[in-house]
Amino acid sequence: MTRSLARLTCIALLAPFAAGIRPAAAQDTNQVNEGVRVGVEYQPGVQPGLIVLPGTGLDSLRAIVGRDLDYTDRFRVIILRDVASASEGRGGSEGGSVNYGIYRTFGAEFGVELTETAGAVTVRLHDLNAGQVRNQQSFTLPPATDPGYRLEVHRMADEVARWATGTPGIAASRLMLVSGGRVYRVDSDGEALTPLTPAGQTALSPAWSPEGGRFAFTQLGQGRGPVVVQSLGGGAGVPVPGTTTALNITPTFSPDGRLVAYAHSDENGTDIYLANVADRCCAQRLTVGRFADNLSPTFSPDGRRIAFVSTRAGPPQVYVMATDGTDQELLAPFDYGATGSSNAPEWSPDGANVVFHREVAGSPQLFVVDVSGRRVRQLTSAGRNEDPTWGPDGRHITFVSDRSGIRQLWVIDVETGRVRQLKTPGAARLPAWSRRLSRTAVAP
Amino acid sequence: MRATSLLLVLATAGLAAACGGKPAPEQPAPEPTPAPAPAPAPVDDSAERDRLERERMAREASERGRAVAADLAAMINFEYDQAAVRQTDQATLDKKAAILAANPNVRVQISGHADERGSDEYNLALGNRRAGAAKRYLENKGIDGARLEVVSYGEERPLNAGHDEAAYAQNRRDEFQVTAGGDNLVAPQ
Repeated sequence: MTRSLARLTCIALLAPFAAGIRPAAAQDTNQVNEGVRVGVEYQPGVQPGLIVLPGTGLDSLRAIVGRDLDYTDRFRVIILRDVASASEGRGGSEGGSVNYGIYRTFGAEFGVELTETAGAVTVRLHDLNAGQVRNQQSFTLPPATDPGYRLEVHRMADEVARWATGTPGIAASRLMLVSGGRVYRVDSDGEALTPLTPAGQTALSPAWSPEGGRFAFTQLGQGRGPVVVQSLGGGAGVPVPGTTTALNITPTFSPDGRLVAYAHSDENGTDIYLANVADRCCAQRLTVGRFADNLSPTFSPDGRRIAFVSTRAGPPQVYVMATDGTDQELLAPFDYGATGSSNAPEWSPDGANVVFHREVAGSPQLFVVDVSGRRVRQLTSAGRNEDPTWGPDGRHITFVSDRSGIRQLWVIDVETGRVRQLKTPGAARLPAWSRRLSRTAVAP
Repeated sequence: MRATSLLLVLATAGLAAACGGKPAPEQPAPEPTPAPAPAPAPVDDSAERDRLERERMAREASERGRAVAADLAAMINFEYDQAAVRQTDQATLDKKAAILAANPNVRVQISGHADERGSDEYNLALGNRRAGAAKRYLENKGIDGARLEVVSYGEERPLNAGHDEAAYAQNRRDEFQVTAGGDNLVAPQ
């Protein structure tokens, strides 16, 4: 009697959460689209329900993991808020078997169980329909006060996503952004905002090295400035060859981390150069714009092509070339005189797409062009949306939007259209998203 | 007693004259006021008249210098996403060309700026192109390009913090800053 009452209460509490959590499938709207869930085998476009099972202790850990899994947009994450459900689901016995039936009634197909055992955290992924543990692993975490703690928890969550879907999550990645002239880094969930460049300077356009241990950025002085490569572990920055005169903007690393492409602006215009930062030599000019500008280079993941912006036809549009500057052609089709300016391209990690922003009725909006078919698709429509950067999974994009009233960072899932804010204290712009960060490459 | 009062009056008058303050730099210079002649005895005042004449000439020269400097520093503006010098700004640049020709030691930094619309990074290139356009115009008027330095701030330094077309129009600009030879500017003939 008491039990079924508790259960009823629990379901009543859960219902609004379960309904509200369903992500929107339409692009950049809040429309709810109830998809059909067919079972525990992960299929793209289908979001199995997932419950982070309640338990004793580890509350903050559960909160981080639950949020990380939610942000993958591959699950419908159900948060249990009623402690009664803990004993309910466990059948009352501490450490006993999970009561699969009751979690299935919440519409869940996966259950993630976190338990603390002798200085380690054991994670079990339960297949609730099959009624068995699908994967389990013990993770040794640093103390919660350790600067590396959060990244380790994110790695754990990414592993759970891999068990369930075959693709790891993206929580163990970070972003860089510019706020008040400084470059900051921030965890993928918006936590642990940390400045990387000093106050009182104007730093712009941060770019990650592929391994995640360095970054390049423009140090804007009195109307000019170098591109500087700096270690995330600290230390002085080193100017990229060829950038110690005039104005040097929009740096990007080659996929092997040895080269930096950037745009050099002087009285002859703005053109793209490629310098070897591994051997510290040899800035090579890739474009000859004369009085047209060429800027914002971005490498294909195989390192053979560079997409970039050029004003050769008038307004800026997105082009592509070989990394030696030959074979230049239009990438994103446009109608001359009708299509708005297009800027800030970034090649997706899987190589299939290039995201950029394009003016529509006076406001920039995100667009994606698929590299093989050259079809252009609009992703956003609410407010001004610009300066996109791909997440490590090639389906999430962080961008700048003024939809909150000031320019801040937002994340869109290209597959579902779900948009969430990456909360930062103030205004933020020019985001750059890292790849998944390995333990060896990155300082905590 | 009477002598003391007279002295006080004179001293007060002198103080008032001394405290009259400098004229604001933008105001036309007032006519030099003749100093009161407290002593009834005739004196030779030619030295005083020379001094006043020199002061007047210096003041007029610096007025002219200020006007020349203002012409040299006058901004020009641009249409949205354009870097072409507008016809209405050609006279402004022609004045600068004449001044630069008359003052061969003057060097100028031209900084290009953009409004906040458009891509942040693209605006740096656009500002650069705007500064370059003014430089080419002056070169075509015979000014040595080595005296003209081009820099760009993109949208990073707006003149007007507003978010409307009036503010944008002000922010799309070239600024001209004298970096050398700016003392004793000579007006062109």
